[in-house]
Amino acid sequence: MNNIFKLIWLIPVLPLIGFLINGLGRKYLSKKSSGILASAVILGSFILSLLTFIQVNQGVTSNVHLFNFIHLNSLKVAFDFKIDQLSVLFLMIITGVGFLIHVYSTAYMHEEEGKDFAKYFAYLNLFVFSMLLLVLGGNYLIMFIGWEGVGLCSYLLIGYWFRNTAYTNAAKKAFVMNRIGDLGFLLALFWLISKIGTVQYDEVFDVANLAKLSNIDITGITLLLFVGATGKSAQIPLFTWLPDAMAGPTPVSALIHAATMVTAGIYMIARSNALFSLAHETQTVITIVGLATALFAASIAIKQNDIKKILAYSTVSQLGFMFLALGTGNYVAAVFHVLTHAFFKALMFLGSGSVIHAMGGEQDIRKMGGLHKHMKITSITFFIGCLAIAGIPGFSGFFSKDEILASAFSHSVVLYSIALFTALLTAFYMFRLYIITFTGTFRGTNDQKHHLHESPKAMTIPLLILALLSIIGGYIGVPEALGGHHYLSAYLSPVVESVEHHLTNSTEYLLMGLSTILVLVAILYAWVKYKNYQIEPEAKGLGKVLQNKWYVDELYQKIIVNPLNAVANFFNNIIETKLIDGAVNGVGKGINYGSRQLRWLQSGQVGAYVLLMVIGILILFFIQLIL
Amino acid sequence: MDIKAYIALSLSLFIIGIIGVLIRRNAIIIFMCIELMLNAVNLLLVAFSKMHALSPVAKASLDYASDAQIFVFFIMVVAAAEVTVGLAIIVMMYRNVHTVDVNFLNRLKN
Repeated sequence: MNNIFKLIWLIPVLPLIGFLINGLGRKYLSKKSSGILASAVILGSFILSLLTFIQVNQGVTSNVHLFNFIHLNSLKVAFDFKIDQLSVLFLMIITGVGFLIHVYSTAYMHEEEGKDFAKYFAYLNLFVFSMLLLVLGGNYLIMFIGWEGVGLCSYLLIGYWFRNTAYTNAAKKAFVMNRIGDLGFLLALFWLISKIGTVQYDEVFDVANLAKLSNIDITGITLLLFVGATGKSAQIPLFTWLPDAMAGPTPVSALIHAATMVTAGIYMIARSNALFSLAHETQTVITIVGLATALFAASIAIKQNDIKKILAYSTVSQLGFMFLALGTGNYVAAVFHVLTHAFFKALMFLGSGSVIHAMGGEQDIRKMGGLHKHMKITSITFFIGCLAIAGIPGFSGFFSKDEILASAFSHSVVLYSIALFTALLTAFYMFRLYIITFTGTFRGTNDQKHHLHESPKAMTIPLLILALLSIIGGYIGVPEALGGHHYLSAYLSPVVESVEHHLTNSTEYLLMGLSTILVLVAILYAWVKYKNYQIEPEAKGLGKVLQNKWYVDELYQKIIVNPLNAVANFFNNIIETKLIDGAVNGVGKGINYGSRQLRWLQSGQVGAYVLLMVIGILILFFIQLIL
Repeated sequence: MDIKAYIALSLSLFIIGIIGVLIRRNAIIIFMCIELMLNAVNLLLVAFSKMHALSPVAKASLDYASDAQIFVFFIMVVAAAEVTVGLAIIVMMYRNVHTVDVNFLNRLKN
């Protein structure tokens, strides 16, 4: 076995060590040391990932067996790490972007107290550990452990400022919604085990084992897995937690709720592509859900005023795009978009963090404006992120998004036109955000205006690196129509079957040209509409519906939360107090009453005792006689 | 003589004893009634022993024929010892409460 593969366990263990030291020693570590420690362990993991990547890039893959995790008669689950092209790519994203965000956090969180500061980094390290476990695991069970771990860390970090009740509620919402998805995942695992008795990837995707599964099995398992993915990756109907998750610190939003954790669902489906390719019904469902989510979230994003909420809905929308790619069977495009999205969305979140930092905690873009003058690096890097997500040719988002659009086009023109419309909305709301925030005149208070400043180097350097990656990240997947040879597709080909587009070069040119022109028009429209932005009057009609997020939260409140509350109240007030408490207290009361009645028997009169004794003997005597 | 006569006698003695224990309040009389019950049982034991010794099975080996009669003597000896203890308790009771009426002895209550 390769030497570096022997050290593979260090990749997740390093962040775990960081978590333990930071978590246990949070009262003793200085802020500086805990920040450096947390970043250093991630850097270590990143370097190891890089070395692993170099090996894997040469075609060396492996399944590293660490120990037996569950060893029953009928079920053997090993604690394996799967090192292949897909997992290593995700390792690079997680540790690379994770490292930048750790560095950024050391500056962003500097106002926290020492002990809370260390706690934050402990959670962040634990998250990276769980995420690496999720990606590295050699079977679904290990993935599930990581899956639950990231859910927990997400909960902990959303509720990091736990003194604010709204934040803890957001954390609970995220956790509960994730749990609903997790249940689907778990059921899929049970189904798999009951049918083929294993959850090991290599065995599950084995042709002989796949043949054992009937059509219903495959459709059921993949649908349940997809339910898990909708929870973690915030798709309809379980997407409402992600916008609320913005209650957490901004770097957390960048790392967990944009770059890594929410893409776990895409990773899982890409990993299970052998299963999903067999389930055409599921693929149709994924396509529809993905596209619907993309459009739905994008439509909400155009009317939001909270800088982080806009980015959150944009994330949901982009995740929908990735699911669209998965549904159309183009797994490479989905993974490609995960990669580029990780770069530009992390960049924009960190940029928004920089803005919030400068504004002293203000998140409402209506109170910003003209920030470009005060924070040039943030503004320019954010602009690059906007160009990338809008899909301007040359930037990373262009390549990945166009690939998804092309694969939608090869399926049906309807899919393509909806996806294209969504892409236009994306460009529009992103530039609306940029124009309102960074151009025009400042609309905040005078205090805020004096406070405006560019963020420290620890924050701007990650921004610059991510901006660079947002530009060049797309060049690993240049389509053949543009004279590239799609390095990523070739790289992933051992794990993921690549699809033929059946599109001629001229069609592709046409699609690219069309989307580019329309995107430019959308950007121009945003510029014309918002360049002289004044605070708008209250929106009416459709605008109001969009501003209120299609009233989805209210709908869920009405049809799920309220009935559940009513049932819970019924159980609490009727069943609990009347039935259960009644039974328990009744037993006690009955015994109390009975013993009070029996007490007169103990009169102290010897004669009475003797009489009772004689009666007792007589009774026994007669019983003896009768029997 | 028929064994039934002995059974009837000892049964009536025993019932007299029980009734005495139940209805009398004087500790000494209760005590005497207990003795009466004891001796009713003794009488029954001797009667059965005698009957058993006369049966053809027992005649073949007379070794154990009179065991019960000897046993009764032991019971009487033990009963005599017990009477002394019982009377001593009654004397102590009289010294404490100046009566031998058992209905005054209700301290077991509560």
